[in-house]
Amino acid sequence: MAEQLNNQIASGLIQEEIIERTERRWLYAMAIVLGLMLAVIVFTGVGQMMSPLSDVETINPATLHLKGEFVESNLGTAVEPDGSITVRFLAEQYTFVPPCAVVPASTLVRFRLTSPDVTHGFFVSTTNVNAMVVPGYITNVMARFNRPGDYVMPCDEYCGFGHHAMAARVRVVPQGQFKNLQPEQRITCGAQ
Amino acid sequence: MERSRLLSLAHLWAAFLCFLPAAFLGMWQLMMRSPLRVPLDDPNAYYASLTAHGSIMAYVFPTLFIMGFGYAITVSTLGRSLRGESWAWMGFFFCVVGGVMALVPIGFGRSSVLYTFYPPLVGSVWYYLGVALVIIGSYFWVALMLINFSAWKSDNPGKPVPLAMFAISACALLWGWTALGATCEVVFQILPVSLGLRHTIDAGLARTLFSVTLHAIVYFWLIPAYIAFYTLMPQAAGGRLYSDTMGRITFVLFLVFSIPVGMHHLFMDPEHGSGFKFVHSVLTFIVALPTLLTVFTIVASLEIAGRVRGGKGLLGWIRTLPWGEPMVLAVGLSLLLLAPGGFGGLINMSYGMNAMIHNTSWVTAHFHLIFGGAVVIMYFAIAYELWPRLNARPLVSKRAACLQLWLWFWGMLIMTLPWHAAGLMGQPRRYAIFDYSDPAVAKMASLDITSVVGGLILLFSVLVFFYVLFRSTFARPEESVSPIRYALAVNPSATVHPLLNGFVFWNVLLLALTLISYGYPIGQFFFLHNQDAPARSLSQEVLR
Repeated sequence: MAEQLNNQIASGLIQEEIIERTERRWLYAMAIVLGLMLAVIVFTGVGQMMSPLSDVETINPATLHLKGEFVESNLGTAVEPDGSITVRFLAEQYTFVPPCAVVPASTLVRFRLTSPDVTHGFFVSTTNVNAMVVPGYITNVMARFNRPGDYVMPCDEYCGFGHHAMAARVRVVPQGQFKNLQPEQRITCGAQ
Repeated sequence: MERSRLLSLAHLWAAFLCFLPAAFLGMWQLMMRSPLRVPLDDPNAYYASLTAHGSIMAYVFPTLFIMGFGYAITVSTLGRSLRGESWAWMGFFFCVVGGVMALVPIGFGRSSVLYTFYPPLVGSVWYYLGVALVIIGSYFWVALMLINFSAWKSDNPGKPVPLAMFAISACALLWGWTALGATCEVVFQILPVSLGLRHTIDAGLARTLFSVTLHAIVYFWLIPAYIAFYTLMPQAAGGRLYSDTMGRITFVLFLVFSIPVGMHHLFMDPEHGSGFKFVHSVLTFIVALPTLLTVFTIVASLEIAGRVRGGKGLLGWIRTLPWGEPMVLAVGLSLLLLAPGGFGGLINMSYGMNAMIHNTSWVTAHFHLIFGGAVVIMYFAIAYELWPRLNARPLVSKRAACLQLWLWFWGMLIMTLPWHAAGLMGQPRRYAIFDYSDPAVAKMASLDITSVVGGLILLFSVLVFFYVLFRSTFARPEESVSPIRYALAVNPSATVHPLLNGFVFWNVLLLALTLISYGYPIGQFFFLHNQDAPARSLSQEVLR
């Protein structure tokens, strides 16, 4: 049936020029659509700082617990001399250290993470704070949380048999409350 | 000719026979992630199963299928026997042995590194050797496709290479180039560590090399589906292909642009700066173009067939199309799945939006919709098209085949749409179990159960597929076997521009683009210090 029909169709049913013209129009239309999407990305990327993490910093995974930025006493939330907030996490099989960090609401916070073992993921649920933690490299992410509350922070990259049990929390508190916390209270969220 | 039929058939059977257990594993994984009670409720088994499902569905099944389809295309379009057939059997042998070698250690839980490897996690050395053998086997096929392509061209100077042959050669070239990324990762980084020759590994370099393969492999899977769109469907629908030139441009664009875009999988990685991430993001937009062009040409070809069959008015031609033909139905359903899948993909490659859904169930849903849905439904249709020719027996029956395609379509939608939603709610992918007593997770329970229903429909569809294959294999033989018929273009031309009849220029362009987009990102690792991480043996972890 199909073959018979095919033989009935004469070549040149539609003129070559018409085919070329319609195709060219479609090509232009699609190029414009893609161009517009790209423009939105450039605009939001530049205008709203919505760009992916960018700095390439390495760190020796075998010695990071002995010296440098990621020794245990330096983990958690820190207020830098200039008043800015930095949160440092160590992601290791199958836990984050510390298991919870307090940050002030509506404030730009810098997160710095690395791993002494395998690749992990840093993901604050229901937000677009999402990055890979690759051993040997430092993940550096800026984020601002406007809604106070507890956010679950699951490891979102496969890291071994205990992967699904690996999660921490980010506790966002109002700015005034954060100021009143003692330095040791800022480091973790306490025993919970 | 007779022997090459056996060659294609062996590849297709091997492909589908490993597809079957992988489908069952997928079903079980869906149930593990849901709040339902599951037999063998063990997270370790889940990660082994996930590795097996991914390794089969990403490497073994499509590779064997495409190889078999490629041999069938070569013989039927060029109208002469395959050159180097014994080498083809050798490649087949490598793929089968490699597949078994990779799967056995997974079964023992010694290689639960997922099909994406994730060093510095290191599994059994046999797993990596097996994957390497599958790739080596596929390189025999790549070489044979190109040899047959070139030999025919030099025997027929000035004649256009048939579109299907041109496309499968582009597919072979694409795979030949892109597989080098994962091959370098396995050979130079993972194997030395898993053999105990080295003890550290640069995870950033490994992820980057893998990204060279990770995206273009999708187009390696996709091109055979598009070959069916362009060359088999218009014939099955009783029409003509709108434009042969557009087909050639599409396949050439896939070849050139699918490799220098891989780093959009690394947007959220710390080992690259945002400059090259942006370059890859832009190039990814260009690789959406061939698909958008294809949609136009294919819908136009469908319209021609519908109008020839008496369809009138703006949309009346849709009703008159022969939807009882598995090939026509599959193309219609495939385009419907491609639409939501493609839009999801545009979100994934968009830099800022990617952060919302990176590594959530959204991504799993996206590639199941695109590959499992839009592409694999075409593999089924291609199998229905080839089976009667390869077996010299009729297809039993077209009705069962169409039922199977409809089941696959609905099953895939019902499985993946809730998955997308769960991903937006923050459900991570690659999780063996969820704690549904947590209120935030409990909200996703109904979504996960709906996905299980979709999975059951898919599994039923797989069983119907095998029923049709078996019935058709043992049907009464037909007297005369009609060869595979490829669609004619509306305006078939006796000549085609030399650029659209060969690949030399496009290879040079591809290499130049790849050098620009990957030269610095890969080169930088040789100038960084301190980043090598000690390998973590998975087998030690099992014992611990």
